[in-house]
Amino acid sequence: MHDNLDINIEQLSKTEGHADLEVKIRKGKVEDVKLKISENKRFYTQAVRKRHYSSIPQFVSRICGTCSIAHLTCCIKAVEKCLDIEPSEQIQIQRKLSVYGMMIRDHALHLYFFCLPDIFSKDSIFDFDSSKDNLIKQAFAVKSAGNNLSKLIAGRAVHPTLQKIGYFSKIPSKEQIREMIDQLKKTREHVFELIELFYNSNFEFSRETNFIALDSKDYSFLDGSIVTSTGLKVKEEDFWNYLERIIIPYSQATGFKFSTKEYMVGALARMNLNKDKLYIDSKKELNQFLKVFPSNNIYYNNLAQAIEILHCLDHSIQLLETNEFKSQSPPKLTLKGERRGIGVIEAPRGTLYHHLEINRASKVTYANFVIPTAQNQIKMENDIRLLLPKILNKQKHEIYHELEKVIRAYDPCMSCASHFLKLKWI
Amino acid sequence: MKLNVGWFSFTCCEDSTIVFIELMNERFFEWRKLINFKYFRTFKSNNSIDDLDIAFVEGAISSRKEEETLRKIRENSKKLVAIGSCACTGSPANQRNFFDEKTKNEIQFILDRFNHKEFVLPLSDLVKVDDYISGCPMDEKIFLAKLDQYFKEFELINA
Repeated sequence: MHDNLDINIEQLSKTEGHADLEVKIRKGKVEDVKLKISENKRFYTQAVRKRHYSSIPQFVSRICGTCSIAHLTCCIKAVEKCLDIEPSEQIQIQRKLSVYGMMIRDHALHLYFFCLPDIFSKDSIFDFDSSKDNLIKQAFAVKSAGNNLSKLIAGRAVHPTLQKIGYFSKIPSKEQIREMIDQLKKTREHVFELIELFYNSNFEFSRETNFIALDSKDYSFLDGSIVTSTGLKVKEEDFWNYLERIIIPYSQATGFKFSTKEYMVGALARMNLNKDKLYIDSKKELNQFLKVFPSNNIYYNNLAQAIEILHCLDHSIQLLETNEFKSQSPPKLTLKGERRGIGVIEAPRGTLYHHLEINRASKVTYANFVIPTAQNQIKMENDIRLLLPKILNKQKHEIYHELEKVIRAYDPCMSCASHFLKLKWI
Repeated sequence: MKLNVGWFSFTCCEDSTIVFIELMNERFFEWRKLINFKYFRTFKSNNSIDDLDIAFVEGAISSRKEEETLRKIRENSKKLVAIGSCACTGSPANQRNFFDEKTKNEIQFILDRFNHKEFVLPLSDLVKVDDYISGCPMDEKIFLAKLDQYFKEFELINA
């Protein structure tokens, strides 16, 4: 038992971006916990002002390398609202496929490379012995399927080039689609092994949580209302009215509360609130695993991510097999006076909100971006505070590891989180 | 013998790190024989910057702490390679350098609080950079050709 202990983890590992953790234990009690998102701000909220609206989606894609497709898609949605553009059914299908590719790649990276070392008590995949070679091959096969799907549909998996306001500038050939379907089908079996691994893991940290997610009717991450575990249903454009920015002076990211309380967004929230909408073929085969949801166990966030990979593979196969893709022309972009547009989607790490206001001269006058990891920040820090008393009897290095592990379960992305500070500190 | 590599990121979106990890899809087992990742925070928690053959550095430098770390990396590396647009040119991470006075005043308290530098800089403004892999994200082909060149230069594969 540690009566007095100072923990200072500089740069948490196996996460996207930079964050530090400081803990102070005195007389066996948790005196202070500071989760500091230390990613240096790049001021996108300010930088988009005075720019022409048509340049914003590609620009804000640079907020984040790993989920650039999420920022691009969400921002295009906000701009299209300003321009009264209603995307055609085909475009909506292409966007689903583009986002599915990102989800597969992004979740696979987190699960195989950041979380599996914890399950096998290793520091990294570089420390795995040859008995795990097959699993590593599966990991790269799954990641590669997601990467290639985004490349095929959106041009690139990172900062995609084909996905534009109101259209896609190139469509895949029939031959490419056939090859893609084959690759996705071959990848399926690997995902069951991944799901089993996270289902059988005995990691647990549970506490009552208000979960929040979009209730897309086909679990496609792109539309629906915002729903909560407490039973609220909120329109996309009203989300901001329920949010409260919380200034955390030592963090370069703002925290958020929903209706004055902490909450969580992400795969666990989606699975808890919307598992009935998963693709029918996936659902049939996942019955046993889906029974654990709804769950408050933060480590089931990773099981939920693994299940989402299978859903994305299966729904992509169906969409590619049953749709014809026709070339599209760019729409005429007409702005009818000053406008406000709000886009909301589910990014890999949870609900993402882009709000843009545009003046008559087509320039952005105001932007507000609400990022999943920033929304989870308060709950992550409180988890650490509540977990510590349970693990203070462990060795110091084990405590370090347990703390990193619980933060990692959220799959936080600090690169995204740190760019949207309020203008005045309290 | 393996190439001692450090992979670092500063102020950026880490898109080139993602591209690098995607390149592993086809090359992991080959690279595992040739590369010892001494520093790669994205993948491991036991990291060291001592005696690096190559430091690949993504991102621009926006705080004094980052500058100090970059200088340490330079002292400990035989070669330092700037990865991606922000490291090579500063942009787009350096957009605050070009804000008007009003916007600069608006963000100044954040720069003060977190000990940011007055300007966001590309690596070459602060240390010697041996090679540049440009692009947003980095160009995969140029990166692979450069890595191959290093494998030969450090005599890990035949020239």
